[in-house]
Amino acid sequence: MKNLLAVVSIVALLAGCASTPVEEPKAAVEDRTPTTTTTIPPRQSVPTVTPTQPRADQVPNVLKDPNNILSKRSIYYDYDKYDVKEDYKALLQAHARYLTQNRNAKMLIQGNCDERGSREYNIALGQKRADGVKKLLLLMGAQENQLESVSLGEEKPRCTENTEACYAQNRRGDMLYGGEY
Amino acid sequence: MRYFLASIGLVLALIAATAQAQLSIEITGGGANQIPIGVLRFVGEEALSQRISDIVEADLQRSGRFRMLFAGNVEPLPAEVAQVNFGDWKNRNADALVIGSVVRLADGRFEARFRLLDVPKQTQIGGVAFTLTAQQVRATGHRIADFIYEKLTGDRGVFSTRIAYVVKQGTRFELQIADADGVGAQTALASREPVMSPAWSPDGTRLAYVSFENKKPVVYVHSLVSGQRQVVANFKGSNSAPAWSADGKQLAVVLSKDGGSQIYLIGADGSNPRRLTNSGSIDTEPFFSPDGQLIYFTSDRGGSPQIYRMSVSGGEIARVSFDGSYNVSPRVSNDGKSLIYIAREGGRFQLKSLDLASKQSQVLTDGQHDESPSFAPNGKMILYATQVGNRGSLAAVSSDGSVKQRLSVQAADVREPAWGPYIGN
Repeated sequence: MKNLLAVVSIVALLAGCASTPVEEPKAAVEDRTPTTTTTIPPRQSVPTVTPTQPRADQVPNVLKDPNNILSKRSIYYDYDKYDVKEDYKALLQAHARYLTQNRNAKMLIQGNCDERGSREYNIALGQKRADGVKKLLLLMGAQENQLESVSLGEEKPRCTENTEACYAQNRRGDMLYGGEY
Repeated sequence: MRYFLASIGLVLALIAATAQAQLSIEITGGGANQIPIGVLRFVGEEALSQRISDIVEADLQRSGRFRMLFAGNVEPLPAEVAQVNFGDWKNRNADALVIGSVVRLADGRFEARFRLLDVPKQTQIGGVAFTLTAQQVRATGHRIADFIYEKLTGDRGVFSTRIAYVVKQGTRFELQIADADGVGAQTALASREPVMSPAWSPDGTRLAYVSFENKKPVVYVHSLVSGQRQVVANFKGSNSAPAWSADGKQLAVVLSKDGGSQIYLIGADGSNPRRLTNSGSIDTEPFFSPDGQLIYFTSDRGGSPQIYRMSVSGGEIARVSFDGSYNVSPRVSNDGKSLIYIAREGGRFQLKSLDLASKQSQVLTDGQHDESPSFAPNGKMILYATQVGNRGSLAAVSSDGSVKQRLSVQAADVREPAWGPYIGN
């Protein structure tokens, strides 16, 4: 049986060779040694850049004292909301008063979002939150040159679970004083 | 070792050329109408550090457009067309066959040549000879795969392109560049603060991105060749969403310096910012059309985030997306015909594509949290970010939705992918 198969396959092979002529490629297509070869430009290595850490400055104790309302820096928001809730008005009043009494003090307001949705769209949503805080502080007496409102979008979450409790923690505005950023 | 695609779900673990955490690519869905092809070992390729034919075969297989035929038992190995047993390959129902050879040159380099053959017609479709150093085996394999892909599909291959993405491991963020097959990852930026929105310059030498190293979003343009980088936008407030114009001289960016989030044009060196949008709403995620005439963007001026387009001077604004209440992240293919975007439906964020002529849309992915899509330069594959468990991962899907791949880095969160342009663009 094996020999028969071997014979059959040899015949098939020969039949293949004999009955289907191999078309010679047309001229100018390389079948013989080409006169030119292609060289690929050498790969360049990508240098690594490491940004330097900003220097941490001294922040006045009153801003860090856990017994002082000024050590509280965060405001939380409901889903898809940017307005500052009533609960936080007193906190903002305290910070506005500090800024009014310390005209050299500077504040960075960072708006944050939960992780749902496009990262860039969330930068814009976080910006709305930060802008809202800034607007209120200005109304309460702070000056434009003391405040900068920016967004961290969903990029610096406090927690990363896909739970409503975690999302609520991340829908947040933070106030940082000069030396902390 | 020959790869034999016996089932979908074959894992290709790729050896990284550097000590970086490697990006591994797994095929999780095969394509439709695959071209059956055999890739034979190249005569003499054992002289190389890796078999070129393995790289060619892996590339073609990963594209999902080919069905790789088992080619491990061909004896003797043909180096020339005359030595090929076409009948045998016809019996295996091959459409095409790849043969080749490698020789070592006197100066220590190698010469690799291959031929792509049409099996039914028993003719040579084409072939190229390469001179390469020992370090260029993979690059040569990718070029060969590009040639074969283009000859057989009519589309340009992307096997020689690179991808950028962000890896987060603990508190460390790295902007990495790797070959399109995940091999050879190198770190362009290593930071303690987040990095997002990488965007390749049209000539592939620079990346624009948003870095939070200053505790706020700032747009940088970073040369991958020299490592030099420049702040392009650090105005008061937030600076984000960089998108390159087709000539690489300008960027569209989103700035909050004048209130809200609005789209501006700015020189790639940070000069001459000009405001384009003027709404009291959120306008973000600008993306230039390939002919440079239009900018697509996301806006909630209609009450919910939708996709719009405007002329590059900021006029003639038209809405582009109409289904559903959340459509964001528009990107246009290089042929100008397709728009991909992320749509939220029933709480899930999924990738969709829209034919700009017929207005027909198609859902391409079925994830929960898909985002940041990026077209390959040939428009045939889309790279995007997804989540597997609680970890960020990348994935790729073909433009018709049939081929699926997952790309992951072990023990790390990967996000924000960007597919680079053709080499030598």
